[in-house]
Amino acid sequence: MTRARIESALPWLALAVVGVGLPLLDDSYLGVIAQRAFIYWILCAGLNLVVGYAGQIAIGWVAMLTLGAYTTAVLTAGTVAEAWNPYLGLLAGCVLSAVFGLIVGLPALRLRTFYFAMTTLGFATIVTQVALAWRSVTGGGVGTPGPVFPWPFDPGWGFYYLCFLLAALATWMTANIADSRFGRALVAIRDAEVAAEASGIAKPKLLATVFVFAGALGGLAGGLFSSLQSYITPDAFTFDLSVLFFIAILIGGRGSILGPLLGTVILTILPEFAAPLVAWSTFLYAALLLAIVLLIPGGIADLLDFKNRRPLEQHREITPRPELLEQVLGHGGKASMLRLKGIELHFGGVRAIDGLDLDIRSGEVHGLIGPNGSGKTTTLNVISGYYTPSEGAAELNGVPFPLRAAHTRAGYRIARTFQTPRLIGAASVLQNVMIGGTIDGAATFAEAVLTLPRHRRDERHLKDAARLALAAIGLEQLADVRADRLQHSELRFVEIARALMLRPTFLLLDEPAAGLSAEEIRRLGALIKAISRAGTAVLLVEHHADLIFDICDRVTVLNLGKVLAAGTPEEIRSHREVVSAYLGA
Amino acid sequence: MWESIASYGLAVGAVYAMTGITYNVMYSASRVFSFTAGMLGMLGGVLGALFIARWGLPVIVGFLLVLACGALIGVVTELVTVRPVLKSIEQHLYVLSTLAFALMVQQLVAIKWGTDAQPFPRLIPIGEGLLDQKFWLPLLACALTMGGLEFLYRRTLVGRAFLAIAEDSYAARALGLPEQHLRMASYALAGVIGALAGFTGAEMLLAFFGNQSILNFYGFVPVALGGMGSNRGAVIGGLVLGVFQQAANFLVGGIFASVAVFVVFIIVLLLRPEGLAGASLARRV
Repeated sequence: MTRARIESALPWLALAVVGVGLPLLDDSYLGVIAQRAFIYWILCAGLNLVVGYAGQIAIGWVAMLTLGAYTTAVLTAGTVAEAWNPYLGLLAGCVLSAVFGLIVGLPALRLRTFYFAMTTLGFATIVTQVALAWRSVTGGGVGTPGPVFPWPFDPGWGFYYLCFLLAALATWMTANIADSRFGRALVAIRDAEVAAEASGIAKPKLLATVFVFAGALGGLAGGLFSSLQSYITPDAFTFDLSVLFFIAILIGGRGSILGPLLGTVILTILPEFAAPLVAWSTFLYAALLLAIVLLIPGGIADLLDFKNRRPLEQHREITPRPELLEQVLGHGGKASMLRLKGIELHFGGVRAIDGLDLDIRSGEVHGLIGPNGSGKTTTLNVISGYYTPSEGAAELNGVPFPLRAAHTRAGYRIARTFQTPRLIGAASVLQNVMIGGTIDGAATFAEAVLTLPRHRRDERHLKDAARLALAAIGLEQLADVRADRLQHSELRFVEIARALMLRPTFLLLDEPAAGLSAEEIRRLGALIKAISRAGTAVLLVEHHADLIFDICDRVTVLNLGKVLAAGTPEEIRSHREVVSAYLGA
Repeated sequence: MWESIASYGLAVGAVYAMTGITYNVMYSASRVFSFTAGMLGMLGGVLGALFIARWGLPVIVGFLLVLACGALIGVVTELVTVRPVLKSIEQHLYVLSTLAFALMVQQLVAIKWGTDAQPFPRLIPIGEGLLDQKFWLPLLACALTMGGLEFLYRRTLVGRAFLAIAEDSYAARALGLPEQHLRMASYALAGVIGALAGFTGAEMLLAFFGNQSILNFYGFVPVALGGMGSNRGAVIGGLVLGVFQQAANFLVGGIFASVAVFVVFIIVLLLRPEGLAGASLARRV
């Protein structure tokens, strides 16, 4: 453990030594290049959370650099009002860019990927046009002088250290975010959005926060940039620069901090050493981007990830330990009941659910069976809030219960799994399971940025709980393995572990036995039964009749969206219509 | 003033509309939004000026060559940037691959052709002032495109096959339709339409490498507002956008026109993410 920590700290230590020691060479040309790399990285560090972690394709982030640069420069130059202190100007640039980060990000909260890519692109174009046309303030095409920071960060090595310190700070803050429940939630939004919602992650709020943060860092970079350039014109903020930022992150690899940092440094330095290629630099970046997308979508970070290339043990077994469930679930023993009354849901002319009544009680396994298309998964989706029924209502312990807004389900302690496991392939099994406990974190985003005590306590609790949940389902030995290396059956159990992290009052399982071996199904059955005996209400959608009749306390049979029969397993097994319609003789 | 707002606005709007149709044709065939739509428009102008003004080819030969180049680039787009990433479409890698390809072409144009806007030759010496061909040519091209597509989709077997793929590509494949070939053909068609848009609009917009990002954005706005895949929505949206932009240009100045378009775009999308005429989102679970 400690050795691994030292290993992962080494690259950072090397970077810090280079950064601190570079002025000793006393090469001012090198210094300028390094300052540019620091400044670009400050922007990219924030953008990395948007692009690399949250997977939002923000192409035009150069607009934040432009905004920050002009705000700082104009306020400091005293063109519009009395000249400001440069440090205050820098701060103002940060604030303004943060605001615009939010505005540009708004469409991403509701829209598809490409729309967001377009709005950032459009915004970048417009900001440059405004800078060009608003002559009285920005100086138009002639430009405006950049600020000079007074002592101790005066031009030269003083300013160098300011850039270095801020770059280090940006790295530290984004690494803290990446390592927090917010960072994991961002990746979940990127790779498993539906599961993120079911775990109680409110995408709009989280993304909005990240856009503000990334905008502020972009503005900060802009303010420094205007001072480094000493004179700024709209030409300095071409779309090529935006491409550079964007590509640096993708070359580095999504979901990594070190990778994009190296990517930024490489792309900043490259044109300096290949002078004849400068005219072609954007062309080469674009070619590089195409090559990376087609050949190594994981970027540098994936190439450097040696740990996950070590072979896994071949014949692995899942051995759940149901005795741990009491500890995992920790129920107070309060009985709960969820009641659906007269639910109706239509897709166009199709009646997916046609007047359904259903009771789910704690301590019971309730089986939901029926032919394909009879409305089983749809029922689960109604309870988890993905569909709002046109008729009918629900009650939770006698209190009306709203059937909408999927991300609010976790707050009611309703957890679920999916027909096809929805996990984050690029994250470790442990991180995947920790996602399930997201809503139990108490620390705010700001506390996570600064890794304050409450945040560290959250992380400790989540990690312990996730290890315990993994032990209970019998996969703790795979905790540190990337989830995309697991077998199908293991993914199903990991999903259950993630659901258990919520300490659910209601657990909805969507065909958990599909694709499992007979022995695994037997163990799954025992596990599900134990979960219900620990006080959780389980709603089980399944096609394996044996499993259903083995472990269910109550079974409801659906056909064409209607209840065909309901009762104990014995009653259902001898129900004439069910036998003829579904079970077969 | 109102006449010039109308004529110029409608003409630019027709170019936006055709760019929007270019997006739609590619989207219908593959569920991919491609950044090459604006690139095709940019190339239509640059290649037209190259063939006709610089090389001195006859107008009709130059015109056909431009369309052929558009089709070829459409095919290359499909082969290089779309087909390899289509398997994992939910990762949206196509956004990056098409962007990378479009940027490469744009940079090539910037280096080989130059970064200055260059004039585009006058093609047909008919009409003067507000009836100048530069105003009616894009409108004519847009009307022909729209009519041609309607005919293709409703009256021909190939067109119906396109629609079948757009509706449900799995089912279409199960019926034995050559999905890959049809997709490639769609991209070639999109290439032709995009190049046509750029070619007919170039006397107004000039042969300029920077038109790529302008057309990418303003061609996408009508698609986003009119609903994805709806060509009628794109045409109406494009014409309205063109006129609105010109009116704002005359009344409050160019910069505020772009800001106004952008603000309207964001607000409409926030209120109606599926577009003003689009259907609601598909099921996710």
